[in-house]
Amino acid sequence: MHTINELKCTFPARSENESFARTMVCAFAAQLDPTVEELADLRTAVSEAVTNCIVHAYRNTGTGSITVTVRLLPDSVIYVRIADKGCGIADIAQAMTPLYSSAPAEERAGLGFTVMQSFTDRLAVTSKPGRGTAVTMRKKLLHGSEQETGG
Amino acid sequence: MVELKQEPRRLTAYLSGELDHHHAKEIREQIDFAVREQFPPVVVLDFGHVTFMDSSGIGLIMGRARLMEEYGGTLEIHNPSQQIRKVLRISGADRLAVIRSRVAAPPQERKEPEHAYNQ
Repeated sequence: MHTINELKCTFPARSENESFARTMVCAFAAQLDPTVEELADLRTAVSEAVTNCIVHAYRNTGTGSITVTVRLLPDSVIYVRIADKGCGIADIAQAMTPLYSSAPAEERAGLGFTVMQSFTDRLAVTSKPGRGTAVTMRKKLLHGSEQETGG
Repeated sequence: MVELKQEPRRLTAYLSGELDHHHAKEIREQIDFAVREQFPPVVVLDFGHVTFMDSSGIGLIMGRARLMEEYGGTLEIHNPSQQIRKVLRISGADRLAVIRSRVAAPPQERKEPEHAYNQ
C-alpha cells in the first residue's frame, strides 16, 4: 500500500515526551479531518504504546530512543509505528493478556495492549529480546460527512 | 494536577490536565498521603477537569480501590468525559467504583449549584 504522506520522529524515552508523541500523531492525522472521538482513540492508543517503551522497554531509565512513524495510507487509513531498541518482549501473548503487567509495583493496570486493540482497527507487535519492539497500528478515519452518508 | 478537599467523612481529589504515566505518580502520592491521614469512608476522584486519560488512570483507580478495600471505604468517580468513560468501560474499572456524572463542579467553577445533581 503506497504512502501518501509520512512523518518520522525520534525522541528520548523520557516520560514528558508521552504527551508530545500523542499530540504529534494527532496533529498529523488532523489532515484527514477526523471526528473528536477518532482523534481521542488514536491519542489514547499512541499514549499506551509510547508509555510501554518508557516503562518496559527501557525500564524507566529515561535513556534510549523511541521512533514514531506516522503514515497516511489510501482510503483514509492512518498507520502508526512505535519502535524502541529496548529489552524486547520474550512472550508477546503473555504481554498482551489483559491485566497482565510485568511492572505491578508501578501501578500499571496491564491494559496497554487492550486499549491499543480496542481503539484501533489493526495491531501488530514484533519483538526480539535484547533488540527491541515495534508496535504498528492502523486506523481508518471516517470523515464526518462520509459517516452521515454511510460511506 | 490534583487539588484535595478534606471533609470529616470524605476526601475529594479534583484532578485536572492530562492523566498519563508521566503525571500519575505524583497524583497517586498526594492522594495516598491524604487517605492515610484520615482513612475517609468515601474517596472521590473527580475527573471533571481531566482532558486526557490512558490506562495510567486505570492503574490509579485500581490502586486506590485496593487501598480502600483494606479499610472498607467506598471509591467514587465523578464527572468522567466521554473519552474517559470509554477507557473505563474497556478496562472494566467501571465495576470498581461508583461512577457519577454532573456532580458539583470543582471549587473554582462552582457557580450554579441548581444544575448540580447526582446521576
